[in-house]
Amino acid sequence: MISIKNLHKSYKMGDTSLHVLKGIDLNVNQGELVAIMGSSGSGKSTLLNILGMLDLADEGEYLLDNVLIEGLTETTAANYRNKFLGFIFQSFNLINYKNALENVALPLYYQGLGRKIRQVKALQYLEKVGLKDWATHLPSELSGGQKQRVAIARAMASQPKVLLADEPTGALDSKTSSEVMSLIQQINNEGKTILVVTHELDIAHMCKRIVTLKDGVIVEDQSVDQVIVENHV
Amino acid sequence: MFNRDRWQEIYETIRKNRLRTFLSGFTVALGIFIFIVLFGFGNGLKNTFKQFFLDDATNTLWVSPGKTSKPYRGFKANRRIEFENSDLEDIKDNFKFFLEGITPRINRSARVRFRGESDNYSTRAVAPDHQYIEKTLIMQGRFINQDDIEKKTKNIVIGRLVAKDLFKKEDPIGKYLEIGSSAFKVVGVFQDQSGDREERLIYIPYTTQQLIEKNNDKINSIIVSFRPELSYTRALAFERQLRLFLKKKKSIDPRDNNGIRIRNVADQIRQNQRFAQVLQLIVAFVGIGTLIAGIIGISNIMVFVVKERTKELGVRKALGATPKSVIGMVLHESIFITTLSGITGMIAGIVLLSNMEDRLEEFFIIDPYIDNFTALVATILLILFGAVAGYIPAKRAASIKPIVAIRDE
Repeated sequence: MISIKNLHKSYKMGDTSLHVLKGIDLNVNQGELVAIMGSSGSGKSTLLNILGMLDLADEGEYLLDNVLIEGLTETTAANYRNKFLGFIFQSFNLINYKNALENVALPLYYQGLGRKIRQVKALQYLEKVGLKDWATHLPSELSGGQKQRVAIARAMASQPKVLLADEPTGALDSKTSSEVMSLIQQINNEGKTILVVTHELDIAHMCKRIVTLKDGVIVEDQSVDQVIVENHV
Repeated sequence: MFNRDRWQEIYETIRKNRLRTFLSGFTVALGIFIFIVLFGFGNGLKNTFKQFFLDDATNTLWVSPGKTSKPYRGFKANRRIEFENSDLEDIKDNFKFFLEGITPRINRSARVRFRGESDNYSTRAVAPDHQYIEKTLIMQGRFINQDDIEKKTKNIVIGRLVAKDLFKKEDPIGKYLEIGSSAFKVVGVFQDQSGDREERLIYIPYTTQQLIEKNNDKINSIIVSFRPELSYTRALAFERQLRLFLKKKKSIDPRDNNGIRIRNVADQIRQNQRFAQVLQLIVAFVGIGTLIAGIIGISNIMVFVVKERTKELGVRKALGATPKSVIGMVLHESIFITTLSGITGMIAGIVLLSNMEDRLEEFFIIDPYIDNFTALVATILLILFGAVAGYIPAKRAASIKPIVAIRDE
């Protein structure tokens, strides 16, 4: 599903240049649940941003679902993001003046779907994350865990090939973290490919494979026995 | 642009961001409102000015006799000069090229009676040309005509207020008034923009006045109007020649400035017109200033709005919004708001102006107005600049990488 070869990325910081990714090779198959671990500064978020086409690599090859991602214009990147990828952020990034349903329906709007279909689909995904009854609530009326579940529903709504989660539990307590991870596991079990960036070991162990980054290179790549989280939802 | 979903999205955004919408809308509405009201007041000021100063015909010379101050050709100094009918004829004969109209004036005051009513009024004995020179408007009947002059008829034209005072609601035309000891027939009623004093006058044919006064041929003063197409320098030349001609005829020392007095209205008008131009300039300056202030205001609001939305726009981009759709959305929204509120402000301003009429007369603002073209152009300009002002930050926001926009501070 994802195939990257010799990926390099550096950031210019004034006169000096910071080499963040120093040749990453990674293959992720359909249906995998991969944790990308590493301390801050290891380049894990940069990797995720490049995978998410939010940022461009300086060098290397990136294949997503056998499509070469290269020399993207802003517009095609936006279309690819919309079609292939779903994002889950640490700080949820829900649009604060839209209610849960409207937030979930937003990627569908950018897919060009009609209003009625958007509503129906969005409600379907809200139901999937157990928040059907909260459809008309604004993000400010939801708890952290609920917000992240809305964000997950939003990421799912466009039926992407890959879900990218950047520290999805970073802003949550351990109980709601488990809830969210349980949801992610559930979605993964339905066959969705998911990448989770985290620096917490217990969260990483809830995935099926752990890729560890250090100073811009992969130092460890191992399959793990997945810790199954009880479904509280 | 006419996508129903886009409208829906904008409607939602507007509905749920009332403060932001209100701020940008209010700025535009206020800007255009103030512009229209100030511009209208400026025009009102100009109206007042026109009424005060530009009422009489501008191409006139007021010639009046004085006392000589130098002895000349055997005449002593301090001699009183007098005008008579022959002077009128001589001016007519000698200045045909310049002349448009000429009238004498003999000012008197008399007790005027009609039935039980009586009062003191000023009378003015004139020739028919006086009507044009004083811009007298006939409301009823006619002005003094050439026939009256030749036959020395006892026909008079009375001011609007004379008619009101003496005749009340009765029709004065054809009625007889007693002025002094003789009866005159009213043939016309006039009004004059210059004010009440002018409308309490009675016009009499000058020949009739002379007949009553022992059939003399004396005239108080002469008013000459020259052809309006004459240039300013030509008009001055005419004034100079007329002065020389009269001095020669009346045997006044050419260097004596006191024998003949000529007031050139063109000269005064020129000054007044300059003042009016300055006034116009001030009005335009105030107008453009307000408009610029409005444009700066809407620009600031737009920068603020887009800045506030940077993160949201980043999220939208992460969810698949193209840069074009982001810019389009921001612009669409801002143009919608500015257009709506701009038109509201414009209409409010115009309504206020049209209800003002003479209510601010004591502040020298009469009948303030703004022509629709200026109002519309100003409104469109403000909307256009609002769009431009929104476009620049929107474009910048759209080009920011979503990851930068989303990043938590």
